[in-house]
Amino acid sequence: MPGLEAPPVAPFYEKRKSVFPKAIDGKFRRIKWLWMGVTLAIYYVTPWLRWNRGPYAPSQAVLVDLAHRRFYMFGIEIWPQEFYFVAGLLIMAGIGLFLVTSAVGRAWCGYSCPQTVWTDLFQHVDRIVDGDRNAQIRLQSGPWNAQKIGKRAVKWSIYLFISFWTGGAWILYFADAPTLVRDFWAGEAAPVAYATVAALTATTFVLGGFLREQVCIYMCPWPRIQSAMLDENSLIVTYKDWRGEPRGSVKQASGAAPPLGDCVDCNQCVAVCPTGIDIRDGPQIGCITCALCIDACDAVMAQVGRSRRLIDYVTLEGAEAEKAGAAPQNVLETILRPRTLVYFGIWCAIGLALLFALGVRRHIDLSVAKDRNPPFMVLSDGSLRNAFTVKLLNMESRPRPMEIGLSGLPGAVMWRDDMPRSAASRVLRQKVEADQVSVLRVYVAAPPGSLPQDFSFMLRALDKEGEGDAHTTRFDAPGESE
Amino acid sequence: MTKRIDEPTGTETVGHEWDGIEELDTPMPRWWLWTFYLTILFAAGYVVAYPAIPLLHKGTDGLLGWSSRGQLAAEIAQANAGREGVLRQIAATPIDQLPGKPALMQAAVAGGRAAFRVNCVQCHGAGAAGVPGLYPNLNDDDWLWGGNLKEIEQTITHGIRQPGDDQTRSSLMPSFGRDAMLTPSQIEDVVSHVRNLSGKERPSASSTRGAAIFADNCAACHGPAGHGGRQVGAPNLTDAIWLYGGSREAIAASVTNAHAGVMPAWAHRLDAVTIRMLAAYVHSLGGGEGFAAPPPAPSSGAPADARP
Repeated sequence: MPGLEAPPVAPFYEKRKSVFPKAIDGKFRRIKWLWMGVTLAIYYVTPWLRWNRGPYAPSQAVLVDLAHRRFYMFGIEIWPQEFYFVAGLLIMAGIGLFLVTSAVGRAWCGYSCPQTVWTDLFQHVDRIVDGDRNAQIRLQSGPWNAQKIGKRAVKWSIYLFISFWTGGAWILYFADAPTLVRDFWAGEAAPVAYATVAALTATTFVLGGFLREQVCIYMCPWPRIQSAMLDENSLIVTYKDWRGEPRGSVKQASGAAPPLGDCVDCNQCVAVCPTGIDIRDGPQIGCITCALCIDACDAVMAQVGRSRRLIDYVTLEGAEAEKAGAAPQNVLETILRPRTLVYFGIWCAIGLALLFALGVRRHIDLSVAKDRNPPFMVLSDGSLRNAFTVKLLNMESRPRPMEIGLSGLPGAVMWRDDMPRSAASRVLRQKVEADQVSVLRVYVAAPPGSLPQDFSFMLRALDKEGEGDAHTTRFDAPGESE
Repeated sequence: MTKRIDEPTGTETVGHEWDGIEELDTPMPRWWLWTFYLTILFAAGYVVAYPAIPLLHKGTDGLLGWSSRGQLAAEIAQANAGREGVLRQIAATPIDQLPGKPALMQAAVAGGRAAFRVNCVQCHGAGAAGVPGLYPNLNDDDWLWGGNLKEIEQTITHGIRQPGDDQTRSSLMPSFGRDAMLTPSQIEDVVSHVRNLSGKERPSASSTRGAAIFADNCAACHGPAGHGGRQVGAPNLTDAIWLYGGSREAIAASVTNAHAGVMPAWAHRLDAVTIRMLAAYVHSLGGGEGFAAPPPAPSSGAPADARP
């Protein structure tokens, strides 16, 4: 390289290159608006949906009740021991991401990621307050006069309002929404509620308002992982350089001797990009495949009377074929292929398994823990006693009378620790409150000389459902010695 | 290691190369650097404020004066303050009324369990099953001095055979053999009779002779039928439980040398509330007596005649 004896000293830090994406309209922009509306609506509205569960359970449709360790989701109520349902949902979410990524590329990044959705929202705030791209650039480079200070104050206030609302909506998932909102403003909510709102307001304000595309490029591990999930059949946003190059303006193209490509070098694809990249440099980590550049390019192509989709969703394989002269691939073909079908099959299988488990699960449960120290006890009349901790679960949101009985262990009787032995019998009754666990300490006594043996506790609900459960355990005794 | 300018980007490389792949010396984003500097500042502040630098004998104390030991002490004080209300209620409730207040009883049993594990397990064992021939089993339904809440509290408070405590449980079984009050053959006969009382042996000529000796020497405390007496802590000789063993040899040894088990009086070592909670715990182990109040829940069981 001539004339470069002393290489330039690299700066110690790199200043952020501000991105001022230009407003654009088009097919993908409209999809993005629609999806943004759907996702934001789900987020903000869900906690306000009501769901009648009767007098003993909360009537919020989606509620993560950490204090009582319950998770309510419409008609489904999940107890801590049923956490596998949540695990299953998380696995489905993971496989769903594989599925979406292998089928339509980084659609999560471009459309659904909260960082993308809120950044998009904030960029729209920028356009409303400061104006479009050029006005924003002028304002950024201009002096700090009254107008700029005023606009900044207005803009950041709106950021703050959105951020606060975002943080506020989050806590509503964890408590009864109307009550919490009242308590929150009355200063009576739990400190953790205020802390959570503060933290989420701060992160939304900073990440959505200022860090924006830097989150995707520097902070987020997901693009790195996602690129491992892409293959040559995944859709990515691609500039068709074989069609576009060499670039030149319309004027140059009309007269020049060597024919120019379709790209008129208008730079609109760069101007609209929310992460500030140039898609014409090829696939890169900063591209979230939001396809706004496709909209921008299509608009320009229509203006100059050239065919659309110079920038397009194309698979790597399709790009190779097109370069060689083949017709553009059918999108359906790229989506329906063995890999995506396998992912979809696994995804459905897990979903069906969860639905099945949900359908057949009991709403009553018995668990028994045997006292091991001492394992058995000789009573004064020579009979043998074992002690058990018996838990009766009522997973319905109404009180249920229940009965436990003994099966096996001839001649044995049982009684609770809060009653005298004289009241012992082979059955115990207990009313279990709605959504509660009743813990009983139960003594079981067998006649003198009983041998160690297995027996069962039988649980039965004394209502019309009559659900039941059983638990087999061991009766310890001295055996045949003595 | 040759640094050079990468042509497409105009950025200097760091000079490393692996399989033809070179690393660009791209500068850090400014916010990243500032975050890094802030962590350094934080670390410096932390070192000044908290114990951090190890010196020869101890570390620096830090300006805030924080220590893990101090934090623990504060947490314990806070926990104790939280329990104070319950403890005061337990202290104010006569012990035989505790079962009528399930929440209080539950708290007392839990507190008693904790105190038991500190003070009582050394003799009575972690499961309160005692040690055969030495310390009574507290799970069973056989009580030398009484098994209702009041009596258990009394026993724990004043101990058994504690000199200097005029309310202590006290009695003395004579050493019939060692003090030559009975001959060895008389003792053999009494043993036969006692084992006959509890059904461990069939009646015999020896046990008939023993019955007369028993009536003269033992019935005063153990009762004519051998049912024992709680005023003097005389064990019931007709049941299946033998504190010092039920074999011929063990009973003969008891008659010959007698036993006089002792237990410390806890009045001077534990406060009254802890003793009350201990009594509640021991009562809850399965042998508790004196359920005066009917069980609180209407649900708790079928009538006694359902017993097979």
